[in-house]
Amino acid sequence: MFSYLIRRILIAVPLLLGVVFIVIASFDLVPGDPAALILGEFATESAVAELRAELGLDRPLLVRYADTVVNLLQGDLGRSLTERRPVAVILGETFPLTAQLAGAAIALVLLVGIPLGLIAAMRPGSWIDNVIRVVSLAGLSMPVFWTGLVFMVIFSVNLGITPVSGTGTWRHLILPSVTLALPSIAVIARMTRSTVLEVLREDFIRTARAKGISERSVLVKHMLRNAMIPIVTVLGLQLGQMLGGAVLTETVFAWPGVGRLTVFAIFNRDYPLMQGVVMVLAMVYVGVNLLVDLSYGLFDPRVRYA
Amino acid sequence: MSLPEPGSSAPSPQASAPSGGAHEARRKALRRFFGNKLGVAGAVIVVGFILMAIFAPYLAPFDPAEQSLLNRRQAPNATYWLGTDEFGRDILSRIIYGARVSLGVALGSVGIGLIVGSTAGAIAGYVGGAVDTLVMRVMDLLLAFPYLLLAIVIVSALGPGMTNTIIAIAVWTVPAFARVARSAVLQIKERDFVVAALALGAKEQRVMRVHLLPNFGATLVVYASLYLAYAILMESALSFLGLGVQPPRASWAGMISNGRNYLTAAPHIATIPGVAIALAVLGFNLLGDAIRDVYDPRATRDG
Repeated sequence: MFSYLIRRILIAVPLLLGVVFIVIASFDLVPGDPAALILGEFATESAVAELRAELGLDRPLLVRYADTVVNLLQGDLGRSLTERRPVAVILGETFPLTAQLAGAAIALVLLVGIPLGLIAAMRPGSWIDNVIRVVSLAGLSMPVFWTGLVFMVIFSVNLGITPVSGTGTWRHLILPSVTLALPSIAVIARMTRSTVLEVLREDFIRTARAKGISERSVLVKHMLRNAMIPIVTVLGLQLGQMLGGAVLTETVFAWPGVGRLTVFAIFNRDYPLMQGVVMVLAMVYVGVNLLVDLSYGLFDPRVRYA
Repeated sequence: MSLPEPGSSAPSPQASAPSGGAHEARRKALRRFFGNKLGVAGAVIVVGFILMAIFAPYLAPFDPAEQSLLNRRQAPNATYWLGTDEFGRDILSRIIYGARVSLGVALGSVGIGLIVGSTAGAIAGYVGGAVDTLVMRVMDLLLAFPYLLLAIVIVSALGPGMTNTIIAIAVWTVPAFARVARSAVLQIKERDFVVAALALGAKEQRVMRVHLLPNFGATLVVYASLYLAYAILMESALSFLGLGVQPPRASWAGMISNGRNYLTAAPHIATIPGVAIALAVLGFNLLGDAIRDVYDPRATRDG
């Protein structure tokens, strides 16, 4: 198990280095001079040169890249241009809010998505199965920001039972977390259904039943354990996406997390802030996926020795 | 929006070599498709939106850009079936024209992803070795970002607009097609009919085109359909944030974004265009699911 762990972590390192490179190199795609763009057309030459130096644009890409990696290892993500504060500090304030939202959403996904998939898989082809399949496909098809606005019109504007936006109480958390969870609930329900159906067709399930083991035991010990790997994989992907991609939900509900921070950084041309945020979010995403990979070992002993 | 796990739910490549039975097989596949009510519904929705985009000038009752200050923020009525927006523009006409943006971006980005991705993946799988490792590591890297974030980085660097939106979304679709194509080629290339063709002296290029492509074509079609759905959602996300297609051009998500300021007084401005997005995405999803069922009935139906 230990060597498996080390191997998996070593694979993630070049991936993270690559992520940082892409973010740094994307700077070079900006048409024209980013420093001049930030300062506007009335900036003096010296001011532009100064900002170029602050952004590191006066140095070649590879040098800038090496500097960034060294700084990252020391926990330095650079300074925000608009807020004049370290990016790491700003992230320290906003990330917990995004984690709160993602945590609430993933709890909903577990509590609603997996049971829906199980119910559908137990009676394939029945009316309840068809209803769950169509509803989950519809859930997958609605844009998150739109469902958020529709919820807002219904529950906040018309019924007045939830706050329109912002954060603070548990009431503020309801609409954003449900909005964020909906598409993931649909994905997990579909995934659970197809995985369970697949596993139930396996020979070892027939063997278990033939041995006379109680149906309950067959389902819990044999079926669920084997169905867990794909379900956990998709769940991990969804969590990673939520932590890194609650951009839309946060924008709709004015939830002051990292998603909204990213949008703020882009519209204010705060490149250091944007790069810092994107690098951290991509790292979180890679990290979550790594944890998912490691969890395979818990569900399937074969993985540990492979 | 959700991300399909590449390879997890795709149909397996067709087992048989192209032969005289192909015609018969196609007839069977078509019959099975038309037996799937949801799939047919999906096809109808998709064709409907495509026709809407093509014939927009003939279908739209008004000029989508024409402002009418006297008729601002009207609720749906007999003249303006879906109401008017904050500038008095007809929402129905803007939705009809908006289909051009959404479908155009989706087709463009998935088309690029399909061509670039499946070529890269097929070559990687066929050649193997260092080429394979290099290509697939690059693909892994592109998948290491939360998807919307990568698109946001690209668009914020290149600037907004239709072309850059297409590029940003294409970058995300490429790795998926590369993985599908690679695994399909790996499965097929050891099969007898490919080995036989090579032994008979067929050129490698010909083997790829004649023997490999038809055999993973079905898988690619399923992926293309599902990714068209995701691409529409991505485009709408970027446009909603103001990073996609720019005003005054009508885009569905752009309309929603503008309508946000009138949720209390005129909620129809923000809510109605979302129905178009959801319906179009649902159409491609239903279609993709149904095509997958046709080629691999085991994937979603209990046998």
